[in-house]
Amino acid sequence: MNIHAVREQFPILHQEVNGHPLVYLDSAASSQKPRSVIDAVSRYYELDNANVHRGVHTLGSRATDAYEGAREKVAAFLNAESPEQIIFTRGTTTALNLVATGYARSVCGEGDEIVITPMEHHSNLIPWQQAAKATGATLKYIPLQPDGTLSLEDVEKTITPRTKVVSVTYVSNVLGVVNPIKAIAEIAHRAGAIMVVDGAQSTPHKRVDVQDLGADFYAFSGHKMCAPTGIGALYGKRTLLENMEPIEFGGEMIDFVELYDSTWKDIPYRFEGGTPVIAGAVGLGAAIDFLESVGLDEIEQHERRLAAYAYERLSTIEGLQMYGPKENRVGLITFNLDDVHPHDVATVLDSKGIAIRAGHHCCQPLMRWLNVSATARASFYLYNTESDIDHLTDALIQTKEFFGHAIG
Amino acid sequence: MQLDDLYRRVIMDHYKNPRNRGTMDEGAVTINLNNPTCGDRISLQLQVEDGVVSNAKYTGEGCSISMSSASMMTEAVKGKSFQQALEMAERFSCLMKGEDVEFQENEDIEALSGVNKFPARIKCATLAWNALRKGIENEAKS
Repeated sequence: MNIHAVREQFPILHQEVNGHPLVYLDSAASSQKPRSVIDAVSRYYELDNANVHRGVHTLGSRATDAYEGAREKVAAFLNAESPEQIIFTRGTTTALNLVATGYARSVCGEGDEIVITPMEHHSNLIPWQQAAKATGATLKYIPLQPDGTLSLEDVEKTITPRTKVVSVTYVSNVLGVVNPIKAIAEIAHRAGAIMVVDGAQSTPHKRVDVQDLGADFYAFSGHKMCAPTGIGALYGKRTLLENMEPIEFGGEMIDFVELYDSTWKDIPYRFEGGTPVIAGAVGLGAAIDFLESVGLDEIEQHERRLAAYAYERLSTIEGLQMYGPKENRVGLITFNLDDVHPHDVATVLDSKGIAIRAGHHCCQPLMRWLNVSATARASFYLYNTESDIDHLTDALIQTKEFFGHAIG
Repeated sequence: MQLDDLYRRVIMDHYKNPRNRGTMDEGAVTINLNNPTCGDRISLQLQVEDGVVSNAKYTGEGCSISMSSASMMTEAVKGKSFQQALEMAERFSCLMKGEDVEFQENEDIEALSGVNKFPARIKCATLAWNALRKGIENEAKS
């Protein structure tokens, strides 16, 4: 992977922020977009824009082809059995809400169980809280090991024959842990439960095969993988999708409408009420082409190298604590610096042109498990370099000095 | 972007040596407020007698800006009538908008004027003041 060639394709990276060259270390929140994605969206609006699945005119056909072409790209990217099993959504949150409301509520009842983990992002936690409250099901948590990983022994203990749904993130947005989804899915299936996977942090960074994983549903967002905001997708097993209820009703999703009753289109259209995010889907298709051209395995290797380098560099800073396991982690590092609050760390870094995230990362229960109120997080993507990590390390040492003087 | 505009010595002093940090016995009004976007939280307690804030204490978790602001606010509000306290909170909003206002109640507060140049941090500075406003408005109603 030629890092310079990759960086050249991201126009936003070549600017100064607060008088310093931008060092963007917040891709786990949202990634930057390559020229090819920006151009694909512009080209769509300049040449093909029209509504999909209804007009008989030429632009309508082109827009439909572009939109459905993107669906085929997503299906191939995830190794889904067929494009109809890909539902375009606003992102991971909308996708998981669709499963929790449209599917889980119809299969869960009093005494049934929904199993998740304490490391879930709020978007894979609150929909299940709500589903449990609505159905009388019990929400159960697979406990975390001291280093933040899951043990299969605990997975076995937590999942029972009453478990209907197991929903776990593939990669933690805080701990950087890669969860053993395939093994968890096998345990879930043996118990007769379905396996839902939050793929928000995995899809951008590693090759994903939903069939090999044993995922019954798999959700992800485009904007974390070089695509525009406002587009993402839900993959589902065909029989499950066919038994899932739509949760949004209106145009585009209907088969036949009478005064007092209506019927739905086939999957996936019954879940895509209203005019979809067509340009976003086109952008997502272009992002997939871009990531494939670089190579998902190369991207994963590059990020693992960066994470190992960052781990080593940041370990040299006295008073800096890192969270999550040292081994088998993806390209993000969550940390705290002595007594300096992460917001203050982020502000000092920003003054040096370095963008990191500070806060609870939409993981309040995990923050309580870590016994912190907030943390700082630096996350890496294919366009980051070892030099970015050197800048981060230097700036953190300066932050410590700055606050040492200011406080001392 | 000058960090020294934000992190003035007096702010760091309040952060390191917080005034009025702690809890009061029963009889005080408690206001819990979170900043859901970043996780900061404050629990503000006000002792109220005849429309006057006679004592104020707080506990909480947050950055140097939110906690020092709480420290300064609790110092300034003691002995103030509800009306004076609300007027002061209003003046603090003006400070955050970059307006030139004074705090004779506690001049340290003026050190927070630099927050105005850091839009992402204004929410931190106003957390304690929003708790004060909420507490007094609730009391005035009851």
